[in-house]
Amino acid sequence: MPYERIKFYQTGSFAAGNRLLPADLRSVQSSGDRANALTCGHRACQGCGEALGARYALDAAMRATKGKLIAVNATGCLEVFSTPFPETSWQVPWLHSLFGNAPAVASGVAAALKAMGRPEVRVVAQGGDGGTVDIGMACLSGMFERDDDVLYICYDNQAYMNTGVQRSGATPPAARTATTPAVGPEPGNTFGQGKNVPLIAMAHEIPYVATATVADLRDLEYKATRAMDFRGARYLHILVPCPLGWGSAPADTIKVARLATESGLFPVFEAEAGQVTSATPIRRQVPVQDYLRLQARYAHLFRPRERTDVIARLQAAADRNIARFGLRAGPGQPEQPERPPVPVAPHRDTPQER
Amino acid sequence: MLKQIEGSRAVAEAVARSRPQVICAYPITPQTHIVEALGALVKKGDLNAGFLNVESEFAAMSAVIGASAAGARAYTATASQGLLYMSEAVYNAAGLGLPVVMTVANRAIGAPINIWNDHSDAMSQRDAGWIQLYAETNQEAADLHIQAFRIAEELSNPVMVCMDGFLLTHASERVDVPGQDEVDAFLPPYAPRQVLDPADPVSIGAMVGPEAFTEVRYLAAERMRQALDLVPAVAADFAGQFGRSSGGLVRPYRIEDAELIVVALGSVLGTIADAVDELRDDGIRAGALGITTFRPFPVQAVRAALDGDHRLRRVVVIERALAPGSGGIVTADLRAAIATADGGAPRPEDTIISTVIAGLGGRPVTRKSLREMLTSAAQGNLPPFSFLDLRSDLVTSELARMRAARRSGPSAENLLRDLGVTAVS
Amino acid sequence: MFQVRFHGRGGQGVVTAAELLASAAFREDRHAQAFPSFGSERMGAPVTSFCRIDDKPIRTHEPVADPDALLIQDATLLHQVDLFAGLKPDGYVLLNSARGFGELGLADFTARYRGERFRTVPASNLAMTHLGRPLPGAPLLGGLAALTGVVSLDAVLAAITDRFTGQVAAGNAAAARAAFEYVAAETAELARAAAQAKERERADA
Repeated sequence: MPYERIKFYQTGSFAAGNRLLPADLRSVQSSGDRANALTCGHRACQGCGEALGARYALDAAMRATKGKLIAVNATGCLEVFSTPFPETSWQVPWLHSLFGNAPAVASGVAAALKAMGRPEVRVVAQGGDGGTVDIGMACLSGMFERDDDVLYICYDNQAYMNTGVQRSGATPPAARTATTPAVGPEPGNTFGQGKNVPLIAMAHEIPYVATATVADLRDLEYKATRAMDFRGARYLHILVPCPLGWGSAPADTIKVARLATESGLFPVFEAEAGQVTSATPIRRQVPVQDYLRLQARYAHLFRPRERTDVIARLQAAADRNIARFGLRAGPGQPEQPERPPVPVAPHRDTPQER
Repeated sequence: MLKQIEGSRAVAEAVARSRPQVICAYPITPQTHIVEALGALVKKGDLNAGFLNVESEFAAMSAVIGASAAGARAYTATASQGLLYMSEAVYNAAGLGLPVVMTVANRAIGAPINIWNDHSDAMSQRDAGWIQLYAETNQEAADLHIQAFRIAEELSNPVMVCMDGFLLTHASERVDVPGQDEVDAFLPPYAPRQVLDPADPVSIGAMVGPEAFTEVRYLAAERMRQALDLVPAVAADFAGQFGRSSGGLVRPYRIEDAELIVVALGSVLGTIADAVDELRDDGIRAGALGITTFRPFPVQAVRAALDGDHRLRRVVVIERALAPGSGGIVTADLRAAIATADGGAPRPEDTIISTVIAGLGGRPVTRKSLREMLTSAAQGNLPPFSFLDLRSDLVTSELARMRAARRSGPSAENLLRDLGVTAVS
Repeated sequence: MFQVRFHGRGGQGVVTAAELLASAAFREDRHAQAFPSFGSERMGAPVTSFCRIDDKPIRTHEPVADPDALLIQDATLLHQVDLFAGLKPDGYVLLNSARGFGELGLADFTARYRGERFRTVPASNLAMTHLGRPLPGAPLLGGLAALTGVVSLDAVLAAITDRFTGQVAAGNAAAARAAFEYVAAETAELARAAAQAKERERADA
């Protein structure tokens, strides 16, 4: 039967598409019976990308597990703003232990559930980029190599925001932080440093690795859902703009996240057992300046004079990403499979074994 | 069942009989044999538990925190540097009130690196909020683990069972390893006070500010106060069921009429008992007081044990760890216990306390040296603070070297060169 | 209390031998304690272990300083380690060697002790014959049983079959038995020689 594929992108965000879809294809977040795993009333800043990302990811995981979910949290913004006791925003069983041990704590929870014969209850661990790529790296790698049945979600806002915007191993080059100030001949964070944890995760050949941003709700929900199809260690790396740390307008959080992908600076892809299985193509590539200009952490690249040399290096990094992950859609590029608008990965009652 | 068995194996069997559901293992000498034996039991299918080979002690304690919060009985073991490496999580387990049980196979802390026994490791964590029990023998080490799970779970507070590395862990001794039915009768299944359960979601580990942090800490103090009642009650219950005395707060030996009392923790108490007998044969009224429960510090039990008819008493504290710049760790607690005298005996002015640092980094504490030191103590010739069997010549020559030259080099290596040994045999 | 110190090299089963002796004593309803010298020794490095046997519980945990018996698993240690430190004047020594103390150049040294208590037994050879591997621990224990009587051969054999299974148990047991017989035969020989000497003395008188 002939049909016309609905184009969502004219809205600028996939989020608006729900009205055009039948009820059973709408996003988890648009559903009245979403879990509200991280419910309202928390103390996150205006425009907090992390709060948004956690809400999207956990609600999707809650739907995928039929509400049988336990969350472990590293110390960080998410932990602090969500639990100003006696109030808590968590509507899932939630445990915070330390800054650097969330993956190991989650491994212990998973081992306990297995030992107690409760395989239907699943475990999510989450932390910011500091808790993940820096202080939690050893525990994360251990959790990966043992293939413990945990989905680890990194909410990457590219610096230590909870302590006042200090550089982390995920801070991009040239970005200003409190410990990489915009002074001297090479202001901001140093080029040639930092680590790419999605690729490190893939090197462990764990069942599933994916990246996502808060700009693409459907993609994020799909990946959180897809991750729950696997048993074993899984890793989801979500770019979450931080208006405070990035110096962007709270209203621009989605826009900034979208420009990060559209410029090629943040590649969105998924991988299984160490192999990339899909990458989200860039619909309309933008120069990196479009992304950088919105953020005060890069202001020194434009004032008092435009640092074309530094911007060129950042553009080169974006171009490398585009080539490496095949992000350029269009002539000469392999046709990327269109991402289904909603999570369509079959929800197995018995999640597949690795 | 009576067995001639290595201490580590006996502990592993006692732990296995306690039916832990999650065990975390990371190798560090001298605790390794314990988790190896447990791992074999799990692998063979004799023990139905999750066995996690983690990447560090920090991860080991973190994973048992997660397992315990998820409602499982959880166990790990460590020693020395490993205990320090997990220290942040050690405090966290206690702060969260999770009833984890951990063996610490006591070993020195470097630098200089040293794999041998003393109590520096466990003593460094004495204020982490864990109950600390010290085993005198391998029988007691095995028994204490079974008691530890019960104490921990009744109080919702972690328990550390300390046993001397090598001296106990690697020693083959006669141990009555409790049977499964006996342990099942003694140790009920774990009923958590708090648990991560999707059917009844709670948040655990929230930030607590000035408005309630003091009260949370008060409850930690209160749990320790309750432990002072619970530990002897569990020991009594254990004695009733198993027919032998293990655990409890303190263990006096020939103390009733003693004028000279040796206070110590751990396996050195056996050697001390032999020395006490010899001193008695020499006509010196000596006795010993073993402190089995070091945290909470059993102030009343210690005071009661030291309360005798004799006006003047000499107390010698054998310290298996050094608090540089302060002296003896056990001494400080003992002194405080006596200083809290509320009019009753022992009166502080009637008690002469000496600290003797002994057995650091595996140096044997011999009956001969103890006897000489205690004889001199009985004669009033023991200084308030001293090291047992100190090689004075070595330290004198190094001190001289340091005075003579600014760049005198690394002290530890200088001492070994003076000693003329390249490796310890 | 009877205290034994074992000397050998890493990989020769020095710690296992001490544990087997403790296990044998345990089988005879005695209290025993075995422990290694607590080093981080590597293969081939000198290793020491200890065993105490008593009729009452053993409380001390100090190393054995004044042994009643020494079991020396490797004769090459004779010139490297102070093997005889603290040995009691009436102490026993059992050395793994196919040669006697005289041949090893130790006659002067042994003269200070009771010579009939200083013995050698070709434990490695016996182990090769019966076990196929040069592990002298079990035969030395068999020899110790014959030399001192501190434990019976049966207890040693039972400890071996407790610890090992199959061919390894059988081989070790056979080697222990052979060493027991070797030492017992030598004891009988020495006794005969002593009796003959006494006979001659009496005849001379």
